[in-house]
Amino acid sequence: MRTSQPGLAQTVLAPIVFGVAVILLWQGLVTGLAIKAFILPAPFAIGAEFAANLQNVANGMAVTGRNSLIGLVVGALLGIALAIVSALARLFDEMAAPVVAALSVVPIVALAPVLYTMFGAGAETARQLVAALAVFVPVYFNTLKGLRQVRPVHRDLMRAYAVTSWQATRAVTLPTALPFVFTGLRIASSLAVISALIAEYFGGPVGGLGKSITSAASSSNYGLAWAYVLGSIILGLAFYCAALIVEKLVTRNHTQHQ
Amino acid sequence: MSTSMTVDVPAVEVHGVTRIFAARKGQGVTALDDVSLTVAPGEFVSLIGPSGCGKSTLLRLVADLDVPTSGSIEVFGKPARQARIDQDYGIAFQQAGLLPWRTVAGNIELPLELHGVGKTARRARAAELIALVGLADFASHYPDQLSGGMQQRVAIARSLAESPSLLLMDEPFGALDEMTRERMQNELVRICAETQAAVVFVTHSIPEAVFLSNRVVVMSPRPGRIRSIVSVGLGEMSGRGEYLREDEGFFHALSHVRELLHGDEGTAAPAGARGVETR
Repeated sequence: MRTSQPGLAQTVLAPIVFGVAVILLWQGLVTGLAIKAFILPAPFAIGAEFAANLQNVANGMAVTGRNSLIGLVVGALLGIALAIVSALARLFDEMAAPVVAALSVVPIVALAPVLYTMFGAGAETARQLVAALAVFVPVYFNTLKGLRQVRPVHRDLMRAYAVTSWQATRAVTLPTALPFVFTGLRIASSLAVISALIAEYFGGPVGGLGKSITSAASSSNYGLAWAYVLGSIILGLAFYCAALIVEKLVTRNHTQHQ
Repeated sequence: MSTSMTVDVPAVEVHGVTRIFAARKGQGVTALDDVSLTVAPGEFVSLIGPSGCGKSTLLRLVADLDVPTSGSIEVFGKPARQARIDQDYGIAFQQAGLLPWRTVAGNIELPLELHGVGKTARRARAAELIALVGLADFASHYPDQLSGGMQQRVAIARSLAESPSLLLMDEPFGALDEMTRERMQNELVRICAETQAAVVFVTHSIPEAVFLSNRVVVMSPRPGRIRSIVSVGLGEMSGRGEYLREDEGFFHALSHVRELLHGDEGTAAPAGARGVETR
């Protein structure tokens, strides 16, 4: 059905060439204009710091990654479960709507300091909760929307087959909702990393990427701070790509043509 | 299933059925007004009429997808609801309504799977039906890889999956182009001859109704009523072929149905009557 597939050269080579060009231009500007490291360090310096502190960056990624993953799983399960309840029970949906709307406008990381006092500054729980809350909102909304996409012809068909509502849910409602659930998860995957990382700025134990960035920057080690930033970009991308791959695998044939 | 039925139990018995759709304010819409109709086992009956005549509503009532305001509907001697629960009919809609995440074979197996038929029996039945509708090379394709006509053939195969003695079809070829449509009609005639099922077929195409049917039920709108029932008498299903479209009896029945459809407004304004759908 697709008109034309762009070739390998276009999809792989072009971004690489562009990326290399940007890095070279950046390096050239920093050295050429003698920009100070605290304003913008040169990419090669960041690279060197990254390589020299690989173990520390990897440790930071592990800590923040673990918090993000726990938050993602908990938030997603909660979002999907509550969306199913909302789809089944109109009353619950109406009760939950204002609460979820309120949740979606709260800058959730703003809850971090409050949560630290609730769970103690020595535990990672507050960060995981912040990530879970950030994940919950898009997963809930997208799943609920997906659960309401059943086409009338499919509903008629299920009634004609005289199946139980659970059978109809499994045969039609859930598969129809699946692409929407994954859209939510894809958005949520990067939100989980961002929220877990930013939550570190407000306190809690050291070791994560967020804390490492602030401590490196406050000790004027700008190259190292940027190396941790690079680490968080890689972590965010890893989460996003993992979600994307799972989505592509699961929803290969879910396109609703006709 | 049909073999156990005695000849005198009709496939469908509609008696004095009225369906009024409630409106938010005012009187509501009378989609069907005191309609009665009997369909014999193995008989092909078409419902034809302009939009708003209640032909689709009538079909949905027989399928128990909707409930009449008054009157009774029996399918093989049982209330429509029981017939639905017992899976006495197969159904096909204007939209193929295939599940896009299932292959052609998976879609045809769907009703069997939902009703607990074993895997091997399911496979065998699906293969049989795929051959019947001429899609043997496409069993493992997904619906979005098929043309509209092919999708509709899958939907028809699916409606036949449980060998129903009654097929309910709501404009199944309505969205197809003329060429595909005629080919599908020829195939349906062949399939009906093979399966011996009774068919209630909603259409707004006069040639389609006449070509396929033993009887054509002509309906009029607002409120939906049966204006007349035409026995086409073009012979047995098994004997119907492409040549029939050139037959004199075919043309005769065609103009008869057309006159009935255009009814009184036809005599009042013959020029305006030309505009009515005659696909």
